[in-house]
Amino acid sequence: MAYISSGVACSHVPALGVASDSGISGDDYYGPIFKGFEFSKQWMAEEKPDLIFLVYNDHCTAFDARVIPTFALGCAAEYQPADEGWGPRPVPVVQGHRALSAHIAQSLVLDSFDITIMNEMEVDHGLTVPLTMMFGKPEKWPCPVVPLAVNVVQYPAPLGSRCFALGKAIRKAIESYPENLKVCVFGTGGMSHQLQHERAGLINAEWDARFMDLLVNDPDKGSQIEHIEYLREAGSEGIELVMWYVMRGALNENVEEKHRFYHVPASNTAVGHMILENR
Amino acid sequence: MGTKKPYDDIPGTIVFDSDQAARGYHLNQFCISLRLQANRDAFKADPEAYIDNFPMTPQQREAALNQEWNRLLELGGNIYYTSKLAAFHGINFQGLAGLMTGKGTQAYRDMMIAGGRPIDGNRYKSEWDDK
Repeated sequence: MAYISSGVACSHVPALGVASDSGISGDDYYGPIFKGFEFSKQWMAEEKPDLIFLVYNDHCTAFDARVIPTFALGCAAEYQPADEGWGPRPVPVVQGHRALSAHIAQSLVLDSFDITIMNEMEVDHGLTVPLTMMFGKPEKWPCPVVPLAVNVVQYPAPLGSRCFALGKAIRKAIESYPENLKVCVFGTGGMSHQLQHERAGLINAEWDARFMDLLVNDPDKGSQIEHIEYLREAGSEGIELVMWYVMRGALNENVEEKHRFYHVPASNTAVGHMILENR
Repeated sequence: MGTKKPYDDIPGTIVFDSDQAARGYHLNQFCISLRLQANRDAFKADPEAYIDNFPMTPQQREAALNQEWNRLLELGGNIYYTSKLAAFHGINFQGLAGLMTGKGTQAYRDMMIAGGRPIDGNRYKSEWDDK
């Protein structure tokens, strides 16, 4: 049977993709960030998941203002890196897993999560930057990916508690899939940041640290963080941290924190990264 | 009675909620159209003719043509959309933040390297009024 072994939380700042693609990931500005992921690349090489379930948000790329699904599950055979306005990132095409996606889609709807099904979808930096941070620059990504796009652009994003419950339903779906697959779940985005208007540049390191502590040790409490707290304390774009709770919901109640990294800044954003293993 | 908005007291922040999204629909669709090279070429060739393909308000049209970044947000724009218009003009996210905050690129970048804008004093509009 398929099973979930671990979870990865990871910011998806577009500038990190640009830094990797243009070969400046070792400079004074980006070097310390990529150094924080060296452990992670080694860990990933040993963990060797058969598949990644990747929770991310699309930035008006696959979905512009015409259609805004709250939860959209990728069910395609492959996902092309999108042109976000400066040409597609020069990274490998992301391979999907149609049979598992179909299984998860069916299981989720019957479990009261009425997700949108995407049989074709381009993917933007929200999905490809975490792959870059965890795998570097391979010729092809080492395993298939099942993407879940979450609306965090138009307020309101789904509640943290709803994301947490969805994670549990995703776990149930994966664990009822007959093929033997070791799955790693990614929750991406964050940490505190605000990209817009006069308060842009907001960073709240103390709040971010508390968020990570709660995520590991008391997710029942952390998943209750209200939207107004995210907006006020973590910035208008920091609310995308609800996606980390989908990942957390898919893991055991008890997890071991294998790695934590936090750095300010990458462009406008606090970079946060964690590796959690099921206990 | 409108929708309850507990976030209205956060300073320097326009939450892109359903009302803003409805207000800014055509403006945002204009901005996102610039994701594609053919549209960027058409906008470059004749900005006014191109923007008139999108039935936005005269205020939105003016703010878009004049690159009034905060006003675009107030009129229903969303940052992930307006950033495509900024990219068209060669302005990246950090440059755009430098403009929206009035700090300029270098001072904004320095603020971020020093740890970003602190949360203390930046939670409530009342804290900004005192300044």
